[in-house]
Amino acid sequence: MLRITRILLLLAFAAPAFAQEAPDALVKRIAEETLATIRADKELQAGNPSKVKALIESKLVPNFDTARMTALAMGRNWRAASPEQQKALIEQFKTLLIRTYSNALTNYRDNTMSYKPLRANPGDTDVVVRTEVTRPGQAPVPIDYSMEKTPEGWKCYDVVVAGVSLVTNYRDEFNDTVRSSGIDGLIKALAAKNGSPAPK
Amino acid sequence: MSHLRSLGRCGMVVLAGALLGACAAAPNKADPFEPWNRAMYEVHEAVDGAIVKPIAQAYVAYMPEVIRTGVANFFGNIDDLFSGINNVLEGRGNEAGDDFGRVLLNTTMGLGGLFDLASMMGIPKDAKDFGITFGKWGFPQGPYFFVPLFGPTTVRDGTGTLVRYFTGPVGFIRDVPVRNTLYGIGYLNLRAQALSAESVLDTAALDKYRFLRNAYLKNRQYQVYDGKPPPEDDEDPAPPPATAPATK
Repeated sequence: MLRITRILLLLAFAAPAFAQEAPDALVKRIAEETLATIRADKELQAGNPSKVKALIESKLVPNFDTARMTALAMGRNWRAASPEQQKALIEQFKTLLIRTYSNALTNYRDNTMSYKPLRANPGDTDVVVRTEVTRPGQAPVPIDYSMEKTPEGWKCYDVVVAGVSLVTNYRDEFNDTVRSSGIDGLIKALAAKNGSPAPK
Repeated sequence: MSHLRSLGRCGMVVLAGALLGACAAAPNKADPFEPWNRAMYEVHEAVDGAIVKPIAQAYVAYMPEVIRTGVANFFGNIDDLFSGINNVLEGRGNEAGDDFGRVLLNTTMGLGGLFDLASMMGIPKDAKDFGITFGKWGFPQGPYFFVPLFGPTTVRDGTGTLVRYFTGPVGFIRDVPVRNTLYGIGYLNLRAQALSAESVLDTAALDKYRFLRNAYLKNRQYQVYDGKPPPEDDEDPAPPPATAPATK
């Protein structure tokens, strides 16, 4: 009984503590915890699908603002979409990102990350956290996380890998697809992509 | 799987071009030969998927990791030499020093480059090439090309690759079988290293050709400008999202 109250207390304290966590500290904590989990788990390294999915949904997804990412990736087409379409787009894009990360995650075992000092003012609500990933035998790859402050703490809304922005790359994809087959066509294309079996 | 479909699709490039009419409606300025490139991409998917990729997958699956790492280090050591040369051409003394220091250390103590001692000692690896140097010198990038079995490139980057090819130490080896074996292993090494990125591309992209091209061009631009590319005249700025939480 005492034990459970103590845990509940800790949880109650922990939640606001995380919410106020600085964006660079948040990125570092999530990255290190994720890497540690992968390194400690042979099944994750082997790509056990349910384990990988669970890790991503518990560790990564809560720290991404998938609604904002979808809106940014849609660009000017976002406003043309009805609320139902927007909802469907967010859901499909989120699924696509989870699938992509699931595919990539098992390769991360040998990665080490370094974290650049955060250049931001205390009152900033939109910052870029700069990191570098090193794989053995390869030049370090810079990865920047665009973070925004929300009532639920800092959330990531774009990832820029060596100059390639996830959101911008998808904006080109989404734009072209909307132009040729409309917003419903894009939703259909995303759903088809998400429904297809994972490539090896 | 996909390569089998690609084989079937190979003759349907024209049809695919019609389906992808959007691209004709909005041509990418950097990719004026998109229909040709898309056809080449299909050829690549078919040939690579049927022959090269399975060999690379077998290499990763059956060759012990320690040997693959040694092979990667050996060719990485040659890359370091050229990264150093390009850092000199770009007037970056410190980076060139790191590169040449790495080559010196890894070639001697690292047994001809098989071991990457320099990385263990914390000398950072760089990845400069002639394409980046030409870009810094002001050469325009030129049209984008997708070359089967080679991958994405531009006129500028392709020229850089040719320069590298004709100056590369492997080309100086007189013994033809040895030289060709080294070329083969070097190619396999590169192909094997691309496998994981490729599987991400497979899951991530609605249109692999377009996704790869856009990412390639952005990344090259980023490298030419040392990580600070000039802001593009974005014709399509994202409006503030309607449903996402307000940030300002």
